Amino acid sequence: MRLRLSVELLGFVALTAIVAELPRFVGDYRARELAIVGMYFIALLGLSILTGYSGQISLGHGAFMAIGGYTTAILTVNGFYGHPVRDLWTIPIAGVVAGIAGLLVGVPALRLSGLYLALITFGIAVSFPQLPKKFDHFLGGTTGKILNLAKPPYGLDTTTNDWIYYLTWGIALVLLLCAWLLVRGKTGRALKAIRDSEVAAASSGISLARYKTLAFGISAFYAGIAGSLYAIANAYVNPDVFPIILSVYLVVGLAVGGLDSLPGLIAGAALIYFLQNHADTVAKWLNHLPALSLDPKQPGISSVVFGAVLIVVMLLVPTGVGGLLRRVLHPLTTRLYTRS
Amino acid sequence: MRRLPLLEVDHVSKRFGGIVALEAVSLNVEAGEIVGLIGPNGAGKTTAFNVITRLYTPDEGDVRFDGDSLLGTPPSAIVRRGIARTFQNVELFRGLSVIDNVRVGAHARQGEESVDDVLFYVNLHSVRHRGASELPYGTQKRVELARALASGPRLLLLDEPAGGLSHDEVERLGTFIRRLRGDFELTILLVEHHMGLVMSVADRVHVLDFGRTIAEGTPAEVQADKAVIEAYLGAPA
Repeated sequence: MRLRLSVELLGFVALTAIVAELPRFVGDYRARELAIVGMYFIALLGLSILTGYSGQISLGHGAFMAIGGYTTAILTVNGFYGHPVRDLWTIPIAGVVAGIAGLLVGVPALRLSGLYLALITFGIAVSFPQLPKKFDHFLGGTTGKILNLAKPPYGLDTTTNDWIYYLTWGIALVLLLCAWLLVRGKTGRALKAIRDSEVAAASSGISLARYKTLAFGISAFYAGIAGSLYAIANAYVNPDVFPIILSVYLVVGLAVGGLDSLPGLIAGAALIYFLQNHADTVAKWLNHLPALSLDPKQPGISSVVFGAVLIVVMLLVPTGVGGLLRRVLHPLTTRLYTRS
Repeated sequence: MRRLPLLEVDHVSKRFGGIVALEAVSLNVEAGEIVGLIGPNGAGKTTAFNVITRLYTPDEGDVRFDGDSLLGTPPSAIVRRGIARTFQNVELFRGLSVIDNVRVGAHARQGEESVDDVLFYVNLHSVRHRGASELPYGTQKRVELARALASGPRLLLLDEPAGGLSHDEVERLGTFIRRLRGDFELTILLVEHHMGLVMSVADRVHVLDFGRTIAEGTPAEVQADKAVIEAYLGAPA
């Protein structure tokens, strides 16, 4: 087991190095795109704790991202008792506000499972974008709220996009580390036990109520942080920034990344960003295949490509990128393990 | 003065809609005893286990452990009171390794020192890092037992430990259960279909049929009981 620990730590160090060096090799706009991938990654980490580890499905995580985003918007624009808060400080607050919302959703979720929980959380995703329209004085209605453009802190000589990139990935790495510590410890074991057998977990002394709501709270905290960063990067929030489909994309990213594989989620995050924004590029690639002619300009082509790529990925690697990684690494680690 | 039983099931009734699963069942288990709970399919044995471990709340009656009622205790706190159980159809945490399954068993305890000892005791230490679901059925049952033991129970509820085991394994299981009682200072309540095992292991046997107690006593007394023979073989025409 010590070997596995060192492989994981080594992986983390390598990831940190890649994250630190990557902006040197890519353009400014790419850094921005990678930052958004980092935000999806943060949200997916949270969703993984909830769905991959505690076994509760959520089709409403976009709503928790929205709560985070709106918290940041309100605090920076309206301010706290009239004092605008600097965007950086709103990030943890956004996480906490979303986390509390998650705890509140977690309580009724205790009585529901599987399909019913999916429907309830989907209901949250559907109804949430209506709230800003109802409370338009406070939340800005359909036009939303405009934030100040993000600026690197005074004295830091870097572009805005690079700043957003480092901010996002810095937070992402810290949150990855936290998630990793959580799932490999007693709490993570309790969550997995609940996922695998609720009666046996309860009979072993695990309080289902406590751990299941805790998972919801932590998971929503992560989503709130992601939403806050998203609002800062975009410099505006409105209901369309956090559409219903965002929640579905997150579940897709989780499935592609691998339900309970934290590093695999980076691939899931990259895929949902890439397919949303660059599906036409994929269509162009596909045109090189014989007997295929897709018009990248045709409306709806991106959705078709998204769906097709998703089906192919799930057929080829049903356990996601994480499962693939594990299969590649497993023979290596077991062999070394039995020898030692 | 009479000693207080460790477990007292006191006139417990449990109904599911119109179906009576338990009807005024009373059952005492003295500290250090091995009591067999037998009966035909659907007699209410597993329901009784689920009432004792608080997965079900009885409609009537009380369950006392060490003199205090268990009815105010939530299911997840039962193990802290000193009651651990296994399940009829093996309820392992399939995504966890053997050792992590046993560690979950020690969840309610402060330390995890018991985990290694228990793994050695049930002879699972060499496969402790294997996935629980990769192992053969009989081994999975041992993992489940180890998980229950790791909680440091005073009362162990075994739900059909012989189910799915081979003839040889069942014979060894009998000796093992008696040894277990001594080594862990346990009181054991055993639900079992395998009559040979119950009769060889139990100090006393309690027989249920259609949710009612139809007999109780030593294995020899119960085996000679007319109602028991009828319940198992059908009433003579």
